[in-house]
Amino acid sequence: MATSAAPVETRESLQDAYDRIPGTIVFDSRAAMKGYALNKMCYSFNSRENREAYRRNEDAYCEAYQLNAQQRLALKHRNVAELLEAGGNMYYLAKWAGIFGMTVQQLGAQQRGITEDAFKEMLLRAGD
Amino acid sequence: MARIIGGIATSHIPAIGKAIAQGTQQQPYWKPFFDGYNPVHSWLEKEQPDVVVVIYNDHGLNFFLDKMPTFAVGAATEYSNADEGWGLPVSLPFTGYPEMSWHLIESLIQEEFDLTTCQEMLVDHAFVVPMTLLWPDRRPIRTIPIAINTVQFPLPTPARCFKLGKAIGRAIESFGKEHRVVIIGSGGMSHQLDGERAGFINKTFDITCLDQIINDTAALSQMSVAELVLLAGVQGVELLNWLVMRGAMTGSVSEKHRNYHVPISNTAAAVMILENGTALASSGKSRV
Repeated sequence: MATSAAPVETRESLQDAYDRIPGTIVFDSRAAMKGYALNKMCYSFNSRENREAYRRNEDAYCEAYQLNAQQRLALKHRNVAELLEAGGNMYYLAKWAGIFGMTVQQLGAQQRGITEDAFKEMLLRAGD
Repeated sequence: MARIIGGIATSHIPAIGKAIAQGTQQQPYWKPFFDGYNPVHSWLEKEQPDVVVVIYNDHGLNFFLDKMPTFAVGAATEYSNADEGWGLPVSLPFTGYPEMSWHLIESLIQEEFDLTTCQEMLVDHAFVVPMTLLWPDRRPIRTIPIAINTVQFPLPTPARCFKLGKAIGRAIESFGKEHRVVIIGSGGMSHQLDGERAGFINKTFDITCLDQIINDTAALSQMSVAELVLLAGVQGVELLNWLVMRGAMTGSVSEKHRNYHVPISNTAAAVMILENGTALASSGKSRV
């Protein structure tokens, strides 16, 4: 029945394929398990009241969602790379970044380790 | 019988919604992008669709990781937008079409697509931005949202998405009421928000995609999800939505318009009209 289909990939071979993509953490089962609490907290920031509660008392908010030390430190550093490493998913992290008015260009520049202007210039050049 | 008149692929970058809200469409940064929609407005004016099926991906408004459907079909009388957390104005609700939604659901499950049905469903910018780009005057049109998981890997394969599109096409054209249906494939093109590769754009791949979505769907469908991430960027996997839309074209497909522009925010933006010819669908029977 499935003779003409592509061979079924094992979990290991899928993970290998993801890990070979340069500069990229694919949000797979490993990240899902590691980051659930962090992502659940960030998902709550769809609500303005929750965003304000976080701003008022970041530690208490993280405590309520039972974040681990790695996640709390990454949040304190306002560091996206560290948050991804701690299991964060970019779509939910974007809601957290929105609390501080951080744009996707600022987030990109931070992860690339370049200035925002240099990042924007890089995007413009991609159209050449 | 309902007839699919065509498909429209369009980017849905949140910044587009902000530009519309702020009225900056004619500023130099935005003009080359928004001008690409003038031919789309003319085409829609000429074709007068009355139902739109929107193939999109939810970015954490309606669905969270607690329950993440691979494929979800809306069956609500109305679809609301809501606060997504980073300041995009909340849109007015959109009208649903439950009777046709349930027809699609019944037909798709008969064809072994075991999807999730949603009688309540918030729609995020990936639904709202294309609707606003296509109908800036908010013309009343009935909508059916179909959400594809692009958040939690494993994602559905490109081949599976193309097959889902084919089944959607058959389902639409077997609906027993007269309608003119347009299908939106929301998202794209290449972009990546996360990792050291943030800001990745692949113009060569995008241009190839724009050609292949018309005339070489086999090449796109054969890709693995990992290949797609490598070539299009993590968020560029929204090409899956385009493949569903393309799969739903039941007839001979011709390209009526395209506009490709880099960058909008961190993304390569594009819009394309695919007209669905009657050649293969003229019998009025579903081709299973």
